[in-house]
Amino acid sequence: MLRPPPHPLVALTLAAVWLLLSNSLAPGQIALGLLLGWAITLFAARFWPTTPRIHRPLLLLRFIGVVLADIVVANLAVARLIVVSPARLRPAFVQVPLALKSDLAISVLANTICLTPGTVSSRLAPDRAHLLVHALDAADPDGLVATIKRRYEAPLREIFEPC
Amino acid sequence: MMDLLLSFLILAGALFTFIGSLGLVRLRDFYTRLHGPTKASTLGVGSLLVASALYFSTRGEGVSLHEVLVTLFLFITAPVSAHLLSKAALHLKLHSLAPLPQGERSEPSGPNRSTVSQNSERDAQ
Repeated sequence: MLRPPPHPLVALTLAAVWLLLSNSLAPGQIALGLLLGWAITLFAARFWPTTPRIHRPLLLLRFIGVVLADIVVANLAVARLIVVSPARLRPAFVQVPLALKSDLAISVLANTICLTPGTVSSRLAPDRAHLLVHALDAADPDGLVATIKRRYEAPLREIFEPC
Repeated sequence: MMDLLLSFLILAGALFTFIGSLGLVRLRDFYTRLHGPTKASTLGVGSLLVASALYFSTRGEGVSLHEVLVTLFLFITAPVSAHLLSKAALHLKLHSLAPLPQGERSEPSGPNRSTVSQNSERDAQ
């Protein structure tokens, strides 16, 4: 019996990944990709009890752009720190209080923090109230927390949990 | 012109990958060393991949988009492994230059805490 996939967005993403893998846009490949996306989401549906919703797709695109730009800038900064003055680093652990609730939003935030060099997310508190972040050079820990919350958490909140 | 751009991208990628590994030598504790590889895998590998996509797309065999997939997988797996390494290090209470936050100390420590911290201090010297 044919049923619609429980996660249409994931199914479409899987189809796009398949097309990228095969590196062609032949009708046969598109059909095969859609079939794979449909079948995989159907079989894996039990692993994802809740369907993630993206409420602000344009904001998500803008968020990705901001993160990519930050990756470049922060990479240059950390490269300078390593080459010039590794002895004068001020590493610090900071606690970032979380306003996000959903699993997906929290994991996207943690991944973003790890991707921008200079910060690695280390531990999520069991009650999900805090995320422990290790910073390579934190002259101003409170400012770092404020930056993370304003630059990454606020847009993620609007994208995934607008209510 | 294209050659110049490609050489620049490849050299920049090599440079950043090198600086990332240099960080493993120059930084002094596990947590700061963790920042080196995450860095190399973002900007360094990123510019190598852009160079690869440009090169294979301009050879007349159609657009090459495999690099997008490599980037995607890398950007999903690298942060997760960094997070897990750092979490394991916290659990073992490895020697850290930064003071551990309050509340982390009260958790039960690993069975051989003293050997672990001695090792990491020896490594750091």
